[in-house]
Amino acid sequence: MSESLKQRYDVSAHDFASAGAASAAVKKTLKQLGFPPDFIRRTSIAMYEGEINMVIHGEGGVADVEVLEDSVIITLTDQGPGIADISMAMKEGFSTASDSVRELGFGAGMGLPNIKKQSDDFQITSELGVGTTLVITIRT
Amino acid sequence: MKIENIIEILDAKVYTDVPYDHIEINAACGSDLMSDALAFGENKGLLLTGLNNPQSIRTAEMMDIHCVILVRGKEPDDALITLANEKEIVVLRSDHSMYTSCGLLYCAGLTGDET
Ligand SMILES: Nc1ncnc2c1ncn2[C@@H]1O[C@H](COP(=O)(O)OP(=O)(O)OP(=O)(O)O)[C@@H](O)[C@H]1O
Ligand SMILES: [Mg+2]
Repeated sequence: MSESLKQRYDVSAHDFASAGAASAAVKKTLKQLGFPPDFIRRTSIAMYEGEINMVIHGEGGVADVEVLEDSVIITLTDQGPGIADISMAMKEGFSTASDSVRELGFGAGMGLPNIKKQSDDFQITSELGVGTTLVITIRT
Repeated sequence: MKIENIIEILDAKVYTDVPYDHIEINAACGSDLMSDALAFGENKGLLLTGLNNPQSIRTAEMMDIHCVILVRGKEPDDALITLANEKEIVVLRSDHSMYTSCGLLYCAGLTGDET
């Protein structure tokens, strides 16, 4: 692959049933391209956590995925409420999820720390009232 | 452990058309919160959960988990079964609680560790 492959997905807010569809599509693409299973799994888990966060906390957004020869760069951008304290949000177990979100199976406060764990590079920027951007890089 | 054995141990009901004869489960994880499973369920082939919505299947898909067991006798919702069939993930229902379901499988030799 000399050129990178770029894909863009809209992640709709509050459409909980189809949340994860973008991550599933990326997983399928990476499989078709013949990437190693462990790399695909790390990419899928990291992107899925980010996608779910956009749905439940971020009021939806856009996922840009760039597939390079030996890495993938996922940029998740939302115009949601933003995160007041990023270092707090990065702590295992920290969550502002409501009981109704927890009933949907999320809110352990494990998503962001796991994205960091699965990725080789992770940048998170956020501004209150403006939105949140995650740039996740995973290498084979 | 074969899925056939798991069905027998839990007296479980099968909800998908996905073939499972060839699947070998070496370890399992259990949680109602998907991010817990996503963070701690590495290399497990089986997820036990009380979460009866399609995100339990999405989680399994991302983690390459082959089989999801809904505990506490939950009748799986249609969207969950449809997605599971599409992703070739076996869905079972156990009428036992989470604690008992995990305990029965553990005692039969299915641990939380892969070996
Ligand atoms: N895109 C986002 N927009 C606004 N707030 C966010 C966003 N992503 C995360 N947060 C905030 O950071 C906290 C921690 O996120 P994290 O993903 O680690 O846990 P969680 O989503 O609450 O639960 P889990 O991921 O375990 O289901 C969230 O509870 C929320 O307050
Ligand atoms: Mg999260």
